[in-house]
Amino acid sequence: MSDTYEKPRPVIDDGTRPFWDAAREHRLSIPHCRSCGQSHFYPRELCPHCHSDDLEWSDVSGKGEIYSFTVARKPAGPVFADDVPYVIAMIALDEGPRMLTNIVTPDVEQVAIGDRVTVRYDDVAPDLTLPKFTLDKD
Amino acid sequence: MTMAREAVIVGAGDVPLEDGKVVGGGSVLQVQARAAKAALDDARLSMGDVDGLLVAGLWGVPGPGILPSVTLGEYLGIIPRFADTTNIGGSAFEAHVAHAAMAIEKGYCDVALIVYGSTQRSERSRTLGGRPSVLTMQFENVWGIPQPVGGYAMAARRHMHEFGTTEEQLAEIAVATRAWASLNPAATMRDLITIDDVMTSTPIADPLKRLDCCLVTDGAGAIVMTTAENARAHGAKAIHLRGYGEAHTHWSIGAMPDLPRLTAAEIASRNAFEMAGISHDAVDIVECYDSFTITVLMTLEALGFCKPGEGGAFVAGQRTAPGGAFPLNTNGGGLSYCHPGMYGMFLLIEAVRQLRGEAGDRQVSGVNTALVHGTGGTLSSGATVILANN
Repeated sequence: MSDTYEKPRPVIDDGTRPFWDAAREHRLSIPHCRSCGQSHFYPRELCPHCHSDDLEWSDVSGKGEIYSFTVARKPAGPVFADDVPYVIAMIALDEGPRMLTNIVTPDVEQVAIGDRVTVRYDDVAPDLTLPKFTLDKD
Repeated sequence: MTMAREAVIVGAGDVPLEDGKVVGGGSVLQVQARAAKAALDDARLSMGDVDGLLVAGLWGVPGPGILPSVTLGEYLGIIPRFADTTNIGGSAFEAHVAHAAMAIEKGYCDVALIVYGSTQRSERSRTLGGRPSVLTMQFENVWGIPQPVGGYAMAARRHMHEFGTTEEQLAEIAVATRAWASLNPAATMRDLITIDDVMTSTPIADPLKRLDCCLVTDGAGAIVMTTAENARAHGAKAIHLRGYGEAHTHWSIGAMPDLPRLTAAEIASRNAFEMAGISHDAVDIVECYDSFTITVLMTLEALGFCKPGEGGAFVAGQRTAPGGAFPLNTNGGGLSYCHPGMYGMFLLIEAVRQLRGEAGDRQVSGVNTALVHGTGGTLSSGATVILANN
């Protein structure tokens, strides 16, 4: 863990703090709508499905599958240059919503849509944990 | 009883480019002023006639670009009584045509100037690094997603997964578009390329490679609209607006409703076709946003020229190239002509030139109806206009 993390940090706000606080405690927590029963991500003030404000934070399993992904062969700026090639994936969580993340794998060439994945918390700085995912087949 | 006012396009103009840079250089305000003057000269109107100003851009932020129409109105020395700074990404200018038409037809203005400019190539200001990680972007940038290509790459990957689309089929679009660019003296990249050239070009974000991606150039362009009556009085060639529509679904790629399906374009084009009261068969040429090859493939499906998932087969065999059955992006597109950040302006300019028969070596014969479709953001927004010369 380093406190000199140079990659982009989320500018955490009141609407998103519960997600990032949970990540620091190695929990994946996303909003769940008590009105329509659906979860969503990223967190909103109103449910994007039914527009109710009757929402609660709910811990989810941290399991899902790859809906799509790309292998970055060029970095998103110099701070990611040492990581190339790296995988950015859109995960369909088992609870429904999709989230963007990284797949941490020794072999980026074997990543495929439909692969089962599990969350793995990366404590990148004393005050920041990024929920990344690993392939269950790794 | 008075006749209803009909809004028409009467002017189109741009600035000369060489190697993707504005000839003679200039600030982003200078190049927009030059483009505006060229379009007004083309319309046989003068800057003093302009009472509607429609602007969208990425320039001057932070700074005067925060209020772009106010800044540009000041710079041009005009006092608009109608302004629209709708910014839905590169498709903004197709939306501006629709908004200007509504304003002109309602009498909010008589002469509308739509203008765009960028000097991003000269300034070397474009990076893959994306945007500040605030608000919605805090769930995107932290993963190092190259912006905006990463989102398009994930859409392409999902399209390939669901429909069997191949990288070679995507490459067909880049090859056909380059063939059109070879006929356009203003195009930045004019040497013909092959499918193999695309396939072996530098990987950027799988499955997209360098030649699947649009250029990064300067550019400035403008469109002038007025009433049909005013056009007749000035002897200007009027291009008629038969239909329009717009929609947007998301900006964060993680919030896109269905990754291989361009919902915004489906909605926008359905409304435009309904308003125009024409079928797809009546469209002679299509100018659609080609930020990446996958953008074109998904747009053709969403516009209804082929069924969802059939875009790969539709573009195979160079059907969209010069001489092919489906003339598409006849100026060489964002892939090979120019792409100054928000390209939708240049789709409109090319459609006007084709409809007037002014497109030189690349002129398609018998063009009476053109469909223009812009895409903005990361497959986020869509705006369609259907134009006709009769």
